[in-house]
Amino acid sequence: MFPKDYYYSKDHEWIKIDGDIGTIGITDFAQNQLGDVVYVEMPDKGTQLEFHQSIGVIESVKAVSDVYSPVSGEVIEFNEKLNESPELINQKPHDEGWIIRIKIKDESDLQKLMSVDEYEKFLEGIEE
Amino acid sequence: MKKTHLYKCHKDLKGKMIDFFGWEMPLEFSGIITEHMAVRCEAGLFDVSHMGEILVAGRQALDFVQYLTPNDVARLTPNKAHYTALTTPQGTFVDDLLVYCLEPEKYLLVVNASNTDKDYEWIVQHKEGFDVTVENQSDQYTQMALQGPKALEVMKNLTKFPFEELGSFQFGRGEVAGEECLISRTGYTGEDGVEIYTLSPSPEKIWEAVLEKGKGHGVMPIGLGARDTLRLEAKLMLYGNDIDETTTVLEAGLSWLIKFKKGDFLGRDALLRQKEDGIKKKLIGFEIEGRGIARPHYPVFIGNNEVAKVNSGTFAPYLKKSIGLTYLPIDHTEIGMEFEVGVRDKRIKAKVVPTPFYKRESQK
Repeated sequence: MFPKDYYYSKDHEWIKIDGDIGTIGITDFAQNQLGDVVYVEMPDKGTQLEFHQSIGVIESVKAVSDVYSPVSGEVIEFNEKLNESPELINQKPHDEGWIIRIKIKDESDLQKLMSVDEYEKFLEGIEE
Repeated sequence: MKKTHLYKCHKDLKGKMIDFFGWEMPLEFSGIITEHMAVRCEAGLFDVSHMGEILVAGRQALDFVQYLTPNDVARLTPNKAHYTALTTPQGTFVDDLLVYCLEPEKYLLVVNASNTDKDYEWIVQHKEGFDVTVENQSDQYTQMALQGPKALEVMKNLTKFPFEELGSFQFGRGEVAGEECLISRTGYTGEDGVEIYTLSPSPEKIWEAVLEKGKGHGVMPIGLGARDTLRLEAKLMLYGNDIDETTTVLEAGLSWLIKFKKGDFLGRDALLRQKEDGIKKKLIGFEIEGRGIARPHYPVFIGNNEVAKVNSGTFAPYLKKSIGLTYLPIDHTEIGMEFEVGVRDKRIKAKVVPTPFYKRESQK
């Protein structure tokens, strides 16, 4: 269920790499924990993010949750569709529900993340 | 954790379970927004068996319940219920509750799950001098609510009891899906509907029958998540959020349930004094202008002064805006007055709006 070629963080973000550009979202596990998403608050283009810095927040009906940057870099795009349809995060968390795109500063950050197999194992540990 | 008799039904329906004051209860089944809209547009079934039921019976049951609560229990004839409070001598809330008159000397007090033990002790402590017995029957009762514009239609297929003849806050006894029940025209959603109480050892028969017969009417199971957003749109109080032992019945805007003329009751002097002096703060409904959600405990500012905290606050799925309740200084409670709520490192604008936020068509 989780895309094979993504990297995953312990905070349940995913990042998909395309050259030096990373697309970031939250995993299906995370959206399920949050429940219905109603607002997404993200930084402006050009914002510099450190590894594991809070990017912004996702507000669901019942909770508010921080999203952390799985890598360091510069924000280049926000998924504008989320303004009108925040439920995309619930419905298609791994593709159309992506949140921001970032120009990766330091590729070695990816070493600190999990592969899909590692993430699935990590989830088993949580769900037990 | 405590489980209701319907626990297995929730697991079978894959409800997302949470700890609600020691009860393992479903938070949501198909999602809060979907469930909320189902109750506003069709109907939804709730398990509310965690609520407490305390029976007060005996020769002086009427006098005793009159003493404990500010509403006028003498107006309740058998098969009628009303909303009221258990008040402290200061006129604040031990709890809010429904009082059901089962028989002339028998009253069933339906209280909040989080307060059941506290309320029972409170009631027992005050019964000296009254010829009454008090019994906590909470573990025996299963309570369900069927709420929404289609609720009564669905009920018609489940019982011969002519409950549609019941007015609001009336109840009667009858069989639902073959099980003996108390059927009450009450609820906590702002919609028409019923609450069903039963002592049956097989209450899951009722639960399953309602979902089965309700299928064609769009009935779905509803969790506590949507219960909270529904009740807030209808500005129904949640104990612990909106009212507690620090807020008085008058400050909460519930003066309509105080009947000073009925005679003495706990908190009467304090409430009468406060009515004469005037209240200093009052619970108001607000709307957030623009985006953002004001959640419980977020600070409330008028100018640079923090004057309160948010009591209840959520995104309202039917109204599609962010709403909440807070106690503001009395000179700042008029409709349209503006203030700010601190949301993380920002302040967002809010304004006082009329309540309830939501009224169903027939109440407009």
